[in-house]
Amino acid sequence: MKKIILGFVLVNLLAACASEPAKEEVSEPTPAPTEAAAPVAAPVEPAPTETAPVAAAEPAIPEIRSAYFPFDVDAVQESDRSAIQAHGEYLGNNPSAKVRVEGNADERGSSEYNLALGQRRANNVKKLLVLSGAKTSQIETMSFGEEKPRATGHDEASWSQNRRADIVYK
Amino acid sequence: MRFWSAVVLLCVALSARAELTIEITGAGEHQIPVSLVRFAGEEQMTGQSVSSVVSNDLLRTGLFKLVDPAGKVPHEPSEIAYAEWPGVDALLIGKVRSLDGGRVEVRFRLMDMVRQTELVGLAVTAKKEQLRAIAHRVADLVYEKLTGAAGVFSTRIAYVNREGKKYRLVVADSDGFGEQTLLALNEPIMSPAWSPDGKQLAYVSFERGHAAVFVQSLATRQRIMVADFPGSNSAPTWSPDGQQLALVLTRDGISQLYLARSDGSNLRRITFSEAIDTEPNFLPDGKTLLFTSDRGGSAQIYRVPVEGGYAERLTFEGSNNFSPRVSPDGKYFVFSHFVDGVFYIAVQDFENKQMQVLTSGGWEKKPSFAPNGKLVLFATESQGRGILATVSSDGRVKQKMVAQRGDIREPIWGPFLKQ
Repeated sequence: MKKIILGFVLVNLLAACASEPAKEEVSEPTPAPTEAAAPVAAPVEPAPTETAPVAAAEPAIPEIRSAYFPFDVDAVQESDRSAIQAHGEYLGNNPSAKVRVEGNADERGSSEYNLALGQRRANNVKKLLVLSGAKTSQIETMSFGEEKPRATGHDEASWSQNRRADIVYK
Repeated sequence: MRFWSAVVLLCVALSARAELTIEITGAGEHQIPVSLVRFAGEEQMTGQSVSSVVSNDLLRTGLFKLVDPAGKVPHEPSEIAYAEWPGVDALLIGKVRSLDGGRVEVRFRLMDMVRQTELVGLAVTAKKEQLRAIAHRVADLVYEKLTGAAGVFSTRIAYVNREGKKYRLVVADSDGFGEQTLLALNEPIMSPAWSPDGKQLAYVSFERGHAAVFVQSLATRQRIMVADFPGSNSAPTWSPDGQQLALVLTRDGISQLYLARSDGSNLRRITFSEAIDTEPNFLPDGKTLLFTSDRGGSAQIYRVPVEGGYAERLTFEGSNNFSPRVSPDGKYFVFSHFVDGVFYIAVQDFENKQMQVLTSGGWEKKPSFAPNGKLVLFATESQGRGILATVSSDGRVKQKMVAQRGDIREPIWGPFLKQ
C-alpha cells in the first residue's frame, strides 16, 4: 500500500513536471496528468502482492484500528505507524469515508489532564492520517480521557490497553 | 502522636434510607469537650434524629470530644445540675415536636458549662423533610460559638456517580446525605464547578459525543451549552465574581486556557503554549489563575495572570502534580500529588512555598477546600470503589464516606449559601 501511494505521488509529480512545458501548447494540460498516471502506475502492478486490494472494486477498511501509547506519551509509536498510514491511504482513496479518532488515557493523572492527553493522542493520529493521504475534513478528533477505560484494573495490564487511540469509521 | 490515639469509628445506620457509611480517624490536638443530650420528642419522630446529625457533624471535624451524658437528660436550662458535668465545656440540649401541616419545631440551647450561661438558643420551624437541614444549621451554630470559625455543615457538595455505564451529576449535603440527581446520562460527566453564589453548576458532559461544557441552574434545572467546539471543551471554573468562566478548549489544537463570560460569549485565549494547559482555578482576587501544565516535561502546577503572560511554576516535588484549588483565604492551594505511582492530597503555602502531604496516599484525586478552609474534600478509593473522603486542612483528621452504590468521582465542595 505504501508503495502504491509513493508511486501515486511520484506519478503526480511527474505529471506536474510534464505538464509545465506542455502549458505552452495551449489546451493539453488538463488531460495530460490523467494520461500520464495510467501508464506510470502500470509498472507498480507487477511488483509484490499488494496490488490485489487496489485491483478489487471496493478495498476493505484496514483491520487494525487502534494505536497504543506509553505512559504520558502522545507521539504515535513506530510500531503503529504503518497501521495508521493504511487508514490514511484508505481515506485518501475513499474521499467520502469519514472517521472519528478517539483518544484515551490510563487513570494515572487527573481526569482533565487525561482528557487533554487523549485529545493530543487523537490529534497526532490525525496528523499521520493526513500525511498518509486523508483530508482533514474526513477526520474528527475527540478524547474520552480516562472516562471510558477498556480495562478497569489498577495495573499495567489494564493501563496499557487504555492508553489508546481508536479510528472509528462513521 | 497523642492525637492518633483517638480513633473514632462511626457507622451511621439509617435503616432503609442508609446511603452512606462514615468512618473517621484521627482527632484535633485540642479537642473541646462537648456533651449532647438526645432532644426531647425525638423518639416520636420517624426518620432523622436531630441530635445524632449534630453529633456526627461535630465529630467529623475532629475538633470536639463528645462526652457521654451518662443517663442525664436535661432539656431546659433549669434542669441542668452543673456540678454533674465536670470536664464538659459546653452542653447542647433541645426539644423537637411535630406541628400541624407536616411541620416540625426544633428548640435548642447551647450552654456554657463553665460560666453557666447560654451561648446561643433558637427555635426553628420547618417542613418535616428539612429536619436534617435544621440539624446542620444547629451544628453550624455550635461550631461557630465554640471555635470562632464559620461552620460548613449546611453547605453542599457536588460529584459524579458512575454506576456501570450510567453517570449522574449529584448534589448532596456536606455529609453526603440528601443526594439529588441534577443530570443522568449514559455518557461521561466530568468536572462539576460551583458558581460562587451556589446557584449554578458548570460541568463537562459527553452527551454530544465529545466533551462539551454546560452551565445548569440548581433551582430551575435549566441549562445552557457554554462551549462545544470540535475536540474537547472542559475544566470550567468560575471567577470569584461569578461573571466569568475559565475553561479549556482544543479548538486551536492543543488544550489551552480560555476565558469567557458565564454564558460562553466573549471568548478569549489566555495561554499560548505548546503543551497541555488545563484545570484552571481562580485566586480569590480574580486576577490570577492556577493551572496544570506539562510544559516543563511533566504535569506540574503553575500560575498565570488572567490576562495572560508569564506562567510561574509552583510545584517541584513528586513526579507529577494535578488539580490545584485555592483556599478561601488565598494563602494555600491543595492538589493531587503523584509520586512512585501513588496519589496523595497535598497543600502548599503560596508564601513560603512549603508543601505538606495531608493523606497517607492511595487513589486520591480532585481535592477542594470547604468554604471555611478547615476541611478538604477529595475522591479516593476503598475496596475497589470510588468514594468521598475529607481530611482536615492540617492533616490530623480523616474521614471516608462510603456510598451504597456506584463509584464517586470528581467531588467539589460548594460555597456558603447566602441566608
